[in-house]
Amino acid sequence: MNLRLDLLGERVSMKHGAGGRAMRQLIGEVFTDGFPKAPAGAIGLDAMDDGAALPLGDGRFLVVTTDSHVVLPAFFPGGDIGRLAVSGTVNDLAMMGATEPLGLTCAVVVEEGYPRADLDRIHASMVAACVEAGTTVVTGDTKVMGKGQLDGIALNTTGVAIATRVVRDCGLQPGDRLIVTGTIGDHGCAVMAARHKLDLAGDLRSDVAPINGLIRAALAAGGDGLVTLKDPTRGGLSSALHEMAHKSGVGVLLDETAVPVNAAVRAASELLGIDPLVIANEGKALIGVRPDAAEAVLAALRAHPQGRDAAIVGTCTAERRGQVVLDTGFGRRLLVEIEGEPLPRIC
Amino acid sequence: MCLGVPGRVVSVEGLVATVDFWGVRRAVRLELVDEPVQAGDYVLNHVGFAIRRIPEEDIQGTLDLYESLLRGDGDLMAADVRAELEANPEQSPDA
Amino acid sequence: MPEGADSRQLKFRDPARARDLGRALTAAADAMGRTVSLMHVCGSHEQAIARYGLRAAFPRSLDVIMGPGCPVCITDTPEVDEGVALARQGVTIATYGDMVKVPGTVLSLGDAQAEGAKVEVVYSVTQAVELARATREPVVFFATGFETTAVATAAALLGGVPDNFSVLSAHKYIPPVMEIVAEMPGSKVEGFLAAGHAATITGWGVFEAFVERHKLPVVVAGFEPLDILAALVKLVELVRDRKPEVVNMFPRCVTREGNRNAQEQLFKVFRPAGGRWRGIAHVPNGNLRLRDEWAHVDARRRFDIDLRPLWKYAPPALVQDCICGDIMAGIANPKQCKLFGKECVPDTPVGACMVSSEGTCKIWHLYGGVPDLSSPDAPQAEVRP
Repeated sequence: MNLRLDLLGERVSMKHGAGGRAMRQLIGEVFTDGFPKAPAGAIGLDAMDDGAALPLGDGRFLVVTTDSHVVLPAFFPGGDIGRLAVSGTVNDLAMMGATEPLGLTCAVVVEEGYPRADLDRIHASMVAACVEAGTTVVTGDTKVMGKGQLDGIALNTTGVAIATRVVRDCGLQPGDRLIVTGTIGDHGCAVMAARHKLDLAGDLRSDVAPINGLIRAALAAGGDGLVTLKDPTRGGLSSALHEMAHKSGVGVLLDETAVPVNAAVRAASELLGIDPLVIANEGKALIGVRPDAAEAVLAALRAHPQGRDAAIVGTCTAERRGQVVLDTGFGRRLLVEIEGEPLPRIC
Repeated sequence: MCLGVPGRVVSVEGLVATVDFWGVRRAVRLELVDEPVQAGDYVLNHVGFAIRRIPEEDIQGTLDLYESLLRGDGDLMAADVRAELEANPEQSPDA
Repeated sequence: MPEGADSRQLKFRDPARARDLGRALTAAADAMGRTVSLMHVCGSHEQAIARYGLRAAFPRSLDVIMGPGCPVCITDTPEVDEGVALARQGVTIATYGDMVKVPGTVLSLGDAQAEGAKVEVVYSVTQAVELARATREPVVFFATGFETTAVATAAALLGGVPDNFSVLSAHKYIPPVMEIVAEMPGSKVEGFLAAGHAATITGWGVFEAFVERHKLPVVVAGFEPLDILAALVKLVELVRDRKPEVVNMFPRCVTREGNRNAQEQLFKVFRPAGGRWRGIAHVPNGNLRLRDEWAHVDARRRFDIDLRPLWKYAPPALVQDCICGDIMAGIANPKQCKLFGKECVPDTPVGACMVSSEGTCKIWHLYGGVPDLSSPDAPQAEVRP
């Protein structure tokens, strides 16, 4: 037996938080086990969806989601940890079909010695993001930890909303179309450039934004023909596609040439040797639709300011269930999920 | 093995060039480059250093080399494939 | 789309022309009437082949083998251990992102970082030097990569560095390893695709003696889809015509003599030395070590690097069973390795081929076989949980 397995198999490493297979495995093995069953008709922990849906008994559901946010650096081009915390939770609710959040909670854990001015900036951007999303923070909690016990600041937000129809991330059938709501890789690329001080000058800005309004427009246009929603955050479009394919038991054929990528992100990812398909997004959705609803949903997305670059990028297949085949324009290959955070490479 | 990316020099200040990679700009050091470079030149960047000034005529030269492969100069391609290419004009090299 | 090199670069990615070249390649390979085995010695060639899905365009009678061309994969365990040991001794390690996940005997640099060691990912050696300038603490640049990357380290040192900056060199020199592979017993390789960016530095002239000795053709290739396909067409032609020559198919970057200025700086700072390449063998002159004049920046001489705390856990038997060398020589496939998929998996790789994102073993492990999606009888990978 390799000792390395013994040493590290029992410890959490960064890859367990990177949104890929390792994280799903950890959640599956440790966190979903042992809790009493959720009420009948609920979408609970075992679904490992973006949030939970609890039946209210009148046909409607209370949708709940929670998300913790740590990001280095806390301020980056296009946003900061405050905007991220509000947008992340609003978007997770929207990915369940709940586009009108009733309210958010916010818990702040902050390190001793943290600059008050930075807290003020974070607070101001949370307020602005709440206004954009049409919601507010209704309760909160603050803890301070000793110097060195935490790196700066961590935020947790929880959101609640009522939905009449809950949209899952597992409803795909062969023939369904997949739509992304805009350019991919913007958030991860901007944060990576700032984190590793790559000195890249250009329009690298995070796309972090609440997109519940955009999703509302898509749901109105697609009706029951809109069958799945997923936000391609950590692990990028690749992880979101794999998770959808696996949960729905379909294959996915992705047309790489149709995937919208900003020029700056494309250039940076060439330079750093990172595939935009594995880079995180914080203001985009991956939408699965029945073929006859595709055009209506696409048109509704494109009519919305946040969905101008929306595109149909893939089709679900009966072959290679659980896998994603990438058509590069030159040939086809399997798309792989990233393990851990993407890092700039030299070879 | 080595991630080399071509870019176009925007400006030069001493031994540092600002290079445009068609979307992002970055400082690229010039200590290693084989010939003097100036604004407008193309360079090959690897880990923040220019390792080659790419002469513009050589870009076309490489493309011409591939055209010659497809034309079958030196009999690089069997006659039946050439015939097939000619029968599919939308995919022919000169389309 | 703006005019200029951008649109020209895109010309090297023209799918219609790639299809034409793919057909030319099929015609050339089929005309041979047998399987032809070619090897590239460049991780970026494998990256490009995989990224663009070019394998689907390769004819079945063409076997393109990934050789020992990934400098990260072949960085040997003791070299990673040196970096890990230094990091655990409280020294800040700056290194390229590629190195973070590469396993040492017990820990990778990423593992050391998770334990609290200071490991900084940099895009360029310049950033590592700036990191040292911004602190009084010792900063060691863990320098990996072939001559293409080593020249940058050399230029940075020649340009002047602060006293607290040192280099732990794991740089490698590619020409000697081609000799090893060509001489491996049982090797079926009939021609080599040489790495265009390394040859930008060394020039294609370095391959002439190799061709003379081994009577095997070498084609220097670039990294765009058309570059690779065109070079393969040319290489098959040379095999067919039994012409052991060097042909430069990347003339926009490679000349016969190479980049003299960069070569001079490289050998002012580094000297070739023999050393082990992970999974391959001892490669004479395959490592680049700092010259004696640079002892004052050589981390191996400045620090007492104690590897014993790492080696007391060493599982030495495991590495003995690794057959990466044979896999890279094209004389074995991963399923013939007894470690494959058992002790050796992507999360805890033993050998070079399981480390790289495009390593042969990693690809086989992820996809359950050769990922050739063009044929209906391609192996169907199991759906993994």
